[in-house]
Amino acid sequence: MKLPLLGDPKAVIDQGLEGVDHNFVTGKLEDLVKWSRARSCWPATFGLACCAIEMMATGGAHYDLARYGMEVFRASPRQADLMIVAGRVSQKMAPILRRIYDQMMEPKWVISMGVCASSGGMFNNYAIVQGVDQIVPVDVYAPGCPPGPETLMHAILTLHDKITSGEITRRRDETGAGANLTVDQRDGQTSTGVVIRK
Amino acid sequence: MNSIATDEAVRRRDDSAVLRIAEDDGERLEAEAGTSDTSMVMNMGPQHPSTHGVLRLMLEMEGETVMRSKPVIGYLHTGMEKTAETLTYLQGPTNVTRMDYASPLFSELAFSMATEALLGLEVPPRATWIRMLMCELNRISSHLLFQATNGMDIGAVSMMIYGWREREEALRLLETITGLRMNHNFIRPGGVAADLPDGWRDEVLTLIDALPARLNEFDTLLTGQPIYRERLQGVGVINTAECLALGVTGPILRSTGYAWDLRRDMPYLAYDQVDFDVVVGTYGDCFDRYAIRLNEIRESIRILAQILHQMPSGDYRVQDKKVTPPPRARIDESMEALIHHFKIFTEGFKVPAGEVYAAVESPRGELGCYMVSDGSAVPYRMHIRGPSFVNLQTLPHMMQGGMVADAVAIISSVDPIMGEVDR
Amino acid sequence: MTDSVLHVSRDQLTETVAGLRDEGYVSVLDVTAVDYLEHPGRTDLPDKVAPERFELVVTLISHTAPGRTRLRVQVPDDDPTVPTLFDLYPGTEALEREVADMFGIVFEGHPDPSRILMPPDWEGHPLRKDFSVGQIPVQFKATR
Repeated sequence: MKLPLLGDPKAVIDQGLEGVDHNFVTGKLEDLVKWSRARSCWPATFGLACCAIEMMATGGAHYDLARYGMEVFRASPRQADLMIVAGRVSQKMAPILRRIYDQMMEPKWVISMGVCASSGGMFNNYAIVQGVDQIVPVDVYAPGCPPGPETLMHAILTLHDKITSGEITRRRDETGAGANLTVDQRDGQTSTGVVIRK
Repeated sequence: MNSIATDEAVRRRDDSAVLRIAEDDGERLEAEAGTSDTSMVMNMGPQHPSTHGVLRLMLEMEGETVMRSKPVIGYLHTGMEKTAETLTYLQGPTNVTRMDYASPLFSELAFSMATEALLGLEVPPRATWIRMLMCELNRISSHLLFQATNGMDIGAVSMMIYGWREREEALRLLETITGLRMNHNFIRPGGVAADLPDGWRDEVLTLIDALPARLNEFDTLLTGQPIYRERLQGVGVINTAECLALGVTGPILRSTGYAWDLRRDMPYLAYDQVDFDVVVGTYGDCFDRYAIRLNEIRESIRILAQILHQMPSGDYRVQDKKVTPPPRARIDESMEALIHHFKIFTEGFKVPAGEVYAAVESPRGELGCYMVSDGSAVPYRMHIRGPSFVNLQTLPHMMQGGMVADAVAIISSVDPIMGEVDR
Repeated sequence: MTDSVLHVSRDQLTETVAGLRDEGYVSVLDVTAVDYLEHPGRTDLPDKVAPERFELVVTLISHTAPGRTRLRVQVPDDDPTVPTLFDLYPGTEALEREVADMFGIVFEGHPDPSRILMPPDWEGHPLRKDFSVGQIPVQFKATR
């Protein structure tokens, strides 16, 4: 038996690296970097309200976020790549949210989970920030109240797509700022089309 | 009744445990908090993995010992009570259900009971029993959430996986019945939103057959485990007099050995027709609170089994044209029914003027709804008495003199849901 | 089981609550308020009680003979002060802070009269009827 890259596995076991037919893969460094960024996108634990419960459920046994290398919810924002704003952001919380975002290392991404974080949702009143995109740049908006674990995973996979394709990083170079990306979900498509609105 | 609120000991402990300095008052903090060189004021939260959302604590520390502390809340203040004044009575449950998001059906129930009291409505028996069924299912899922997060907070991370596994089972059943995993908006003034779906009996039976064995697994994993007991026993002790003085209800009050449960002592719905025990603790520590919640799941399973046998047939909502929209099929054939349906959902129904307080026993304690109507279609004032909000006041008392690591176990054992605290 | 309702004046509040405590009312469950700005001459009160803008509502519970008692206290707009119940029931601390934050009612003798839900520098008291809900008009756009 021969494997495409490694050659004969038995030879590898017996002889170590000497037994490998081709021990290198060619490709662009950029692609490798993007691939690894997408595949180890660690979220920060930033649970605010109802959505946080669904976010935890996504990390639980049934939905198993670990499949995407993402089960390590980091308590410290400095170790996290992705902020999932899970829930409604109050006027009192807003400055703290921004501070935590500033503490995260580049490259960093933000998913706005649920309608409250995306637009204020049903709480159109004095206490709630009408859309977290007024405070931090949002990369992906996940609809729902609260979004089920499937929707959150869909949002995460969409983000992975965008990281791998480099779309987000390119746009950051252009504007010098964070993302402002609206994801339109289309019928009958699992992957989503992306419209950049400036 | 051995407890008088002004018990000297309670007051002394209160004064020495609570840090009553405004969080932005730096000068006073510097001058008063920290009586010696070794003490300092530390901030914990609001973004902290074990503060259950956005609770923030100011801790006055002496080395690693917590002296005084103060819970700082409001980071999830949503203005729900203000929003409630703009929503009709039919829209109200959508609003309150987002308060206590771990046990949303209880808020809906309190809201509906208050509205029905103002309307003078009698709910049909089947609706009452469906409400009980939903509440007990919700109590199970809420307590399972506690088991998961409690385990995670104090380092038994595998417990989180097990807790979620069981909770998914309960959520699947809730989804089958209400259509949503959370924030159901299922219990509404006048009854419930829909009748139980076909095959609900089998699904409930499957759940209550499977759960006891899983709970025994929890026992093996946690209850008898020396590390876990060491971490919780004797930590965060509080006594009955302190609990009553602070207005505490629910598992925290019961953990002190004081049996008070609204379901038994001031029955609502049909709780006087089912048989169950009120679980109490002995020492009032974190371990008792854990054990009470675990055993309350077992009691809920008992209640569910009885509900399965006693569920009456009949209407799932009142046949009162004033509050109940006409059945879907009638809308297709009758213009009057269509207009009626449209008016109920756009204008809402008018509720007689008055004020009322209705309370239920939620998994966290007494959840009350105070409602004032001025005779229009929206409440003039709607206030929810959240048990977590009042229960949070015990934190400084329980934490005083303990290690900062115990603080995490104590917060977890209070099981606060910040949505209900800040509203 | 209906709750009993007592109308008491501000001066009698502490005295009444102390009396109820001796009768076996073990806990204060709830302290809240209502702003009757839109109903200045309301008629749902007993004859001897003059309606004022604010009404403080205190709910107590007795466990010996299970039941609740609700105290309704009229608080005028020009002098929104009430004596604190903290000395009788320490559990009213957070509840009174919430009422003070949301309605601007001052509790005399309260140990920590700072804001509880809103940020410390917030202006106004949100649950007063003359405080706007703060709705932002929503634009509905046709989808492309």
